[in-house]
Amino acid sequence: MTIPPSAVTTAPSPEAAEPAASRGERLRVLVGSPRAAFVLQRLGRAAVSFAIVLVAAFFMVQLVPGDPVRAALGPTAPVATVDALRAQLGLDQSVWSQFGHYVSGLLHGDLGMSITSQRQVSQILGERLPTTLVLAVVSFLVAAIGAFPIGVATAVSARSGRHRVLDLGVSGLLGILIAVPNFLLAVLLIATLSIGLGAFPPAGWGTPSQAVLPVLALALGPLAYLARIVHIEMLRVLDTPYLTTARSKRLPGRLLYLRHALPNIVAATLTAGGVVLVGLVAGTVLVETVFTVPGIGSTIVSSITAKDYPLIQGVVLVYALLVLGANLLIDLALAILDPRSAIAEA
Amino acid sequence: MSELEFDHVTVRFGHGRSLQTAVDDASLVVRSGTTLGLVGESGSGKSTIARVAVGLERADAGSVRLDGVDLTARSREARLARRLVQMVFQDPLAALDPRMPVGASVAEGLLASGRSPNRADREARVRELLELVHVDPARAGDRPARFSGGQRQRLTIARALAAEPAVLVADEITSALDVSVQGVVLNLLRELQAELRLTMLFISHNLAVVRYVSDEVSVMRQGRIVEHGPTDAVLEDPADPYTRELLRSIPVMGRPLDLEDL
Amino acid sequence: MTGLRRTLLTPQGVAVLAGLVLVALAAALGPVLLEHAATTRNIADRQLPASWAHPFGTDELGRDLLARTVVATRLSVLLTLGAAGISVAGGVVLGVVAAVLPRAARRLVTAFIDIMLSFPWLLLALFFSVIWGATARGAMLAIGFAGIPVFARLVSTLTAAVATTDYVHAARLLGSSSGRTAVRHVLPNILPPLVVNTAAHASVTLLSFAALSFLGLGVQPPEYDWGRLLNEGSKRIYTAPMAAIGPGIAIVLTGVLFSLLGELLSQSRPRTVHAVTAQDGSSRPVPAEGDAVVEVTDLRVSFRGDDGTLVQRVRGVDLTIAPGEVVGIVGESGSGKSVTAMAVAGLLGPEALVESERLVFRGIDMTRRPSAAERRRLGLEEAMIFQDPLSSLNPALTVGRQLTEASETHAGTSHAAASARAAEALSLVRIPDPPRRLRQLPHELSGGMRQRAMIATGLMGTPRLIIADEPTTALDVTVQRQVMRALRDAREQTGAAILLISHDIALVSGFCDRIVVMRDGVVVERLAADRLGEAEHPYTRGLIACVPDMRTDRSRALPVIGVAAQEEVLP
Repeated sequence: MTIPPSAVTTAPSPEAAEPAASRGERLRVLVGSPRAAFVLQRLGRAAVSFAIVLVAAFFMVQLVPGDPVRAALGPTAPVATVDALRAQLGLDQSVWSQFGHYVSGLLHGDLGMSITSQRQVSQILGERLPTTLVLAVVSFLVAAIGAFPIGVATAVSARSGRHRVLDLGVSGLLGILIAVPNFLLAVLLIATLSIGLGAFPPAGWGTPSQAVLPVLALALGPLAYLARIVHIEMLRVLDTPYLTTARSKRLPGRLLYLRHALPNIVAATLTAGGVVLVGLVAGTVLVETVFTVPGIGSTIVSSITAKDYPLIQGVVLVYALLVLGANLLIDLALAILDPRSAIAEA
Repeated sequence: MSELEFDHVTVRFGHGRSLQTAVDDASLVVRSGTTLGLVGESGSGKSTIARVAVGLERADAGSVRLDGVDLTARSREARLARRLVQMVFQDPLAALDPRMPVGASVAEGLLASGRSPNRADREARVRELLELVHVDPARAGDRPARFSGGQRQRLTIARALAAEPAVLVADEITSALDVSVQGVVLNLLRELQAELRLTMLFISHNLAVVRYVSDEVSVMRQGRIVEHGPTDAVLEDPADPYTRELLRSIPVMGRPLDLEDL
Repeated sequence: MTGLRRTLLTPQGVAVLAGLVLVALAAALGPVLLEHAATTRNIADRQLPASWAHPFGTDELGRDLLARTVVATRLSVLLTLGAAGISVAGGVVLGVVAAVLPRAARRLVTAFIDIMLSFPWLLLALFFSVIWGATARGAMLAIGFAGIPVFARLVSTLTAAVATTDYVHAARLLGSSSGRTAVRHVLPNILPPLVVNTAAHASVTLLSFAALSFLGLGVQPPEYDWGRLLNEGSKRIYTAPMAAIGPGIAIVLTGVLFSLLGELLSQSRPRTVHAVTAQDGSSRPVPAEGDAVVEVTDLRVSFRGDDGTLVQRVRGVDLTIAPGEVVGIVGESGSGKSVTAMAVAGLLGPEALVESERLVFRGIDMTRRPSAAERRRLGLEEAMIFQDPLSSLNPALTVGRQLTEASETHAGTSHAAASARAAEALSLVRIPDPPRRLRQLPHELSGGMRQRAMIATGLMGTPRLIIADEPTTALDVTVQRQVMRALRDAREQTGAAILLISHDIALVSGFCDRIVVMRDGVVVERLAADRLGEAEHPYTRGLIACVPDMRTDRSRALPVIGVAAQEEVLP
């Protein structure tokens, strides 16, 4: 699990505070509801982001130093083959006509032809995407469902200060899980659970038992990270005056934590959840490679090594879509579950 | 001679439906050598007036003039004139750079005076200013964190005075302070009024404090000036019902609170 | 920087420093001392599992993997520093540019940073490594560029925070140019958090490198870093797991080291003290002494100071409140008045150490954990009002829910009955249209209304004591009057005693029967509210005189008391 710490610790963009508020204001006046304005704004941002990715994925190939076709085929390939491939890829045309072909191809779902396998890129991606999706979604659910009870329990226990050794142990364990990158965790899991105990197969995909180790490798780090966010947020909320008010009513712990504290950590936790979800999507690249899972993550590595540019372009676009979709999903959840903070941000 | 004049100033915030008028066609005159007290509740627009005067906020209509020079203009003349209006902020901790020695902070005030004194002169002037606000000059090298709230506020006053301002704008400068410290700061202001013939716009929500330091009083409510006059006249015989309510709400030492309906 | 020296001398600080020295030594001397062991091929010893002679085993050419791991430190650390350097430098440039640009351009740049931030570093790094190729230098550029948005955001956030402070405003008023302000004010104040984040980011960068090399997209043979070693080792994980775990340990330990350094450099949370005293398990019988609502004898409350020592903030306070009595505690900040009130309510958190000879509310010993029956009584008989009406009501729950829950929980009142009662309570504190208000969230109410809703909450049970801690400090005087009126009505309605905490001696004298004056954690004087003129203690007299009121003589200086008097340094 490698998430830049500052991605979470830094406050929302300073610009969002003032000028964006006035922009949201205008949108709000247009569509009437602040919640709708928030969702529209996020949709707009996702669209702009995707446009940037489209352009970037196209120019990525243009920016490769030297001749990408020569690089892909190797120095020994005959000139005729190189020229043929160059013509097939359309690289002999002007940049703008290439861009036009690229965009119109995308509109028809045509991502071009893979150089190494000579199959349609869209076909390859279509076969492999469901695997990656299942892996990411299941891992996210495991992380999210596991993180809440752990985070809440450790925060309550830490604040009371009565089980210091246990608290220290748990937070140490979480710290280690956060610090160990997922590819290393994957290797460790294979060494212990698979080779050591023979409990689960070390590679492959298809049966539930084959899914256990990849899901664990992908989910444990995010789980620990999310649990720590819940823990920190819970500690913050437990120190607020309104929790003191609730305590002054001598409410039982159940009401104190579930009714008074939990709703107030939703916004921050969801935002962190977004970071986790996006990190998970990216993490599939590493975990699929270790466990030889036939998803798009293992495809991107092999295609970069093989300099299979059409395939790289396709995978980059799909990953960007996944990331943007994950972000959008979190924003929608925020708008539904915590309209106040969504409105504040709009 | 220095006279600060607010001429039909209006300030609005927000757009469309959430448009708010913070200051609504307010006119005020701070006469040379006198202190004008501006009272009002939170949200009445009194702090916005202060920020307009020093250029931290823009007026949507009207003008602010110092001896006839429009401070809201973009000219060089206006820029120089703006430096003659200095402000003391509410929270002295936020108004002093935590990483800058207080002597350097006070010396920053000399920038506005337009002179560029040499090192020795600058240090002498800082020493002089620190003595003026009763802070030990030997502590000029200390950071703000090592001073108490009252001392910090006196330091920000020293910094403002270093600029040799024609007009001093004091925005709620005692609200963040303990009552005993408030007394010290108020005493200092009185001394400065007497010694420097300070022209001052003194803004506070506390009517008693405003009364203590002001020659004239303006009462502000919902962006409008609802009452204005010499301090004694306004407070002894208020014309506006809001001023009367304000006066009635102030707790008086040793007297039961007046909680009955009007 | 004495604070930094103090942090570095803690056990954690010493450990981090020792670790950093170790890594630096390995990076500097490793390639010099172990070059031979790391590069000499020894086909006879190829692919050995872990043993005493080769703790991590050997690789396919018989080279010792421990030696190779140590030698790889230099390249791993240098690449990390290089990439982190690119991220920080690029981020600072972009962040500063974003800060000084005109508004429209600035918005464009920040929007771009936002979009870049929404992509995880690995995808950005993969993208860049397509362009720069699968080499060590390419990976460094890729990871460095992938980190730029993070720092750009950090710098622009920090800069914006400093740029809106009053000291920057003051500098602007004084004619300080933007350049001067940036150098004198902004830079010194954003540097420390930037350093902290750089250390934390180095950890992320290190792991990123390991990941790219592990994927075969980073360092290429014959060069090797930890990720490369891990990649080669993981292929032999069935036969020699240490070949992969060994470099893995180096990666994790160094990563943890960098992030610990970051944590160390940032300020840590204050430690809690664990109030276990006076909790001897056996419930001490509390003899009823008269019928007082509150009896406090020799109350002492301590907190952990900055330097870790216990500081007593309340030092031996005695306080008795009779039924229906209105008592005010007056004092300046640091007098211990609020801490005393919170101790009486039994609501001090684990950071406070409470000791007392006697701390009793209507026969309930407040130093112990209350029994279920006692909790019920406390929930119904004791009401609290705090200073900040913005934060003392839960922003996520409706006003109605917050009013009804105590009586529903403790008295078993039905929701309908409790709601009807809540509407009555709101009308008693003169909040118009109670049914609508009950359905609203706190942010829809004005500050004065929220404070009166807090009073109404207290009316839901059978209050015997209402503790109001600076209930009107955050409010305007006309609103203060409404809140005090609600408090008076509540008392007339229920006959509850009131403990009013305030810094405003005029307010307290106008509302209370009795005044307790506190200073530095001790009670300096107790007197009847109508006998202020007979105050004997000089501090009380000073407190009365130093506040200007509507009759103060304007031609004379205000008397100066206490700390303020000591501060007066007259040359």
